Amino acid sequence: MSAFDHNPIVEMKDIEKHFGPVIALNGVSFDVRPGECHCLLGDNGAGKSTFIKTMSGVHKPTRGEILFEGRRMDFASPRDAMEAGIATVYQDLAMIPLMSVTRNFWMGREPVKRIGPMKFMDFRTANEVTMEEMRKMGINLRSPDQAVGTLSGGERQTVAIARAVYFGAKVLILDEPTSALGVRQTANVLATIDKVRKTGIGIVFITHNVRHALAVGDRFTVLNRGKTLGTAQRGQITPEELQDLMAGGQEMVELEGSLGGTV
Amino acid sequence: MSEAGQGAALAPAKDERVKEISGFRKALIRPELGAIVGTIAVFVFFIAFAADSGMFNAQGILNWSTVSAQFMIIAVGACMLMIAGEFDLSVGSMIGFAGMSIAILSVTLQWPVWVAILLTFALCIAVGALNGWIVVRTGLPSFIVTLAFLFILRGFTIFFPQLIERQTIIGGISDAAEGDWLAPVFGGKILGFVFDWLAEMEMIAVFERGTRAGEPIVDGIPMLIVWALALVAVAHVILTRTQFGNWVFASGGDAQAARYVGVPVNRVKILMFMFTAFCACVFATCQVMEFGSAGADRGLLKEFEAIIAVVIGGALLTGGYGSVIGAALGALIFGVVQQGLFFAGVESSLFRVFLGVILLFAVILNTYIRRIITGER
Repeated sequence: MSAFDHNPIVEMKDIEKHFGPVIALNGVSFDVRPGECHCLLGDNGAGKSTFIKTMSGVHKPTRGEILFEGRRMDFASPRDAMEAGIATVYQDLAMIPLMSVTRNFWMGREPVKRIGPMKFMDFRTANEVTMEEMRKMGINLRSPDQAVGTLSGGERQTVAIARAVYFGAKVLILDEPTSALGVRQTANVLATIDKVRKTGIGIVFITHNVRHALAVGDRFTVLNRGKTLGTAQRGQITPEELQDLMAGGQEMVELEGSLGGTV
Repeated sequence: MSEAGQGAALAPAKDERVKEISGFRKALIRPELGAIVGTIAVFVFFIAFAADSGMFNAQGILNWSTVSAQFMIIAVGACMLMIAGEFDLSVGSMIGFAGMSIAILSVTLQWPVWVAILLTFALCIAVGALNGWIVVRTGLPSFIVTLAFLFILRGFTIFFPQLIERQTIIGGISDAAEGDWLAPVFGGKILGFVFDWLAEMEMIAVFERGTRAGEPIVDGIPMLIVWALALVAVAHVILTRTQFGNWVFASGGDAQAARYVGVPVNRVKILMFMFTAFCACVFATCQVMEFGSAGADRGLLKEFEAIIAVVIGGALLTGGYGSVIGAALGALIFGVVQQGLFFAGVESSLFRVFLGVILLFAVILNTYIRRIITGER
């Protein structure tokens, strides 16, 4: 099954976002289809964060339109986007370290059981589901009341991803999930992305690491100074070309020359 | 990824670099631990040094239980609020304000006491909501906002009785409360018959002289203690067993992360401010009914005592972590030490020295525990 047989779940058309006199986004088009991993690349300040915040309902676009499953959408809040099925995993805001894995997993959507007139949180179900979902992602928890603070950075990202998947996300936006991780943990998170993609969820993978993008990406869109520089399919672009596009070409070539082509 | 695959096959996979956590360290991760150890230590100490002072006969126990219950009532509110990530420094002033409000409404204005109590509760909870609303709306630290209310409420508490009655203490509430249906809920006693029976069985002492000769010295459990235990139980269940409790932890742990997953953080915080005000008002009402008067200086420094009890109970000042049971034990430690020093004949000013020292120890212990949980170094 190829991802390209499907219509996009989310389509962003000519998005512009102005903050007062600053034009953060100046015509960005982007879409994601079921079961594909679409990488959004760009250097710092390219507008990646603004763009995904627009997609996840935090910002309202100044101009342009957002289509969700073919219908025009106006997200008033992140909650709206979430209900529609757009889940965002933020780099550092995904989890609360002092709380247990279960409490984090269910935060905001706690399962409730009734005892008489009182409603209690159903910890048995919550713990079972959490352990099961984490096992599916390849993480064996010591116990579901383990504090998230005791997990590694990669595992925390995985809990957040597992949570989004469990609650029926159709599109998963990952904001630099690998940027603070070591080699092994990065590999784990990339493997998780691959697993999730195979279930038919569309993934938007934001990164500035070309190697990470090429490891799992189906399509690559490069953002530079608030504009899309174009979208390439897997196999149609080399790592060097991607790197050049991201950095804005010329200076990078010179820099790379002086560094012996290792960047 | 084959390595990980093999590991999973041998489930449960273990990371060889993670040391098995010993039972002792696991116990350390409970927020109440410090308070449990402290409670045991305090009781051992006073049983050893003040056992023959009457501290542990019926009257003595009632004495320190009542003081502990007072601390407990305000500590429960402060605990829930601190876990939700905020402080309320206006608790002490709120106690004075609420007491004065009941006195003015019932004595000066001659309204029925139950009306005075209900109106006062409504007023205090509204002030709590205002505190919370300002904090979430402006994003200012609750420390500053409630410090402002500490002065505002105390100022009114002194101003109104002077304006109306030309004095700062209003008495006569006992007479006004005679026959009222709501007043005994705060000022009454329950289980009197149990104590009558205990006295008959000669298990507790009876008055030997005076108008009450033959009656037991302790004639019931004050409603103050009932309120304290009920508030602790309800707050503990809400915090640890309900969806709302999870929101309280989340709001204090990381408000932004909680908002991103749809937790109504602002509503939770405002509700916790209202609950703290409610607790302060319970304290004030019980106190007014017991003393029969309201004074403009009531509740002084109570906000700090509440916060100290909560911190001894294992809550982190930064929010997101803590325990109502711990806070209740912190309050018990307070009550026992404050009254115990009196029974043991120690100069009472040393109580403050004790407070300072134990606060310091508690904060150091809590910081250490937090490092264990979050893996910070």
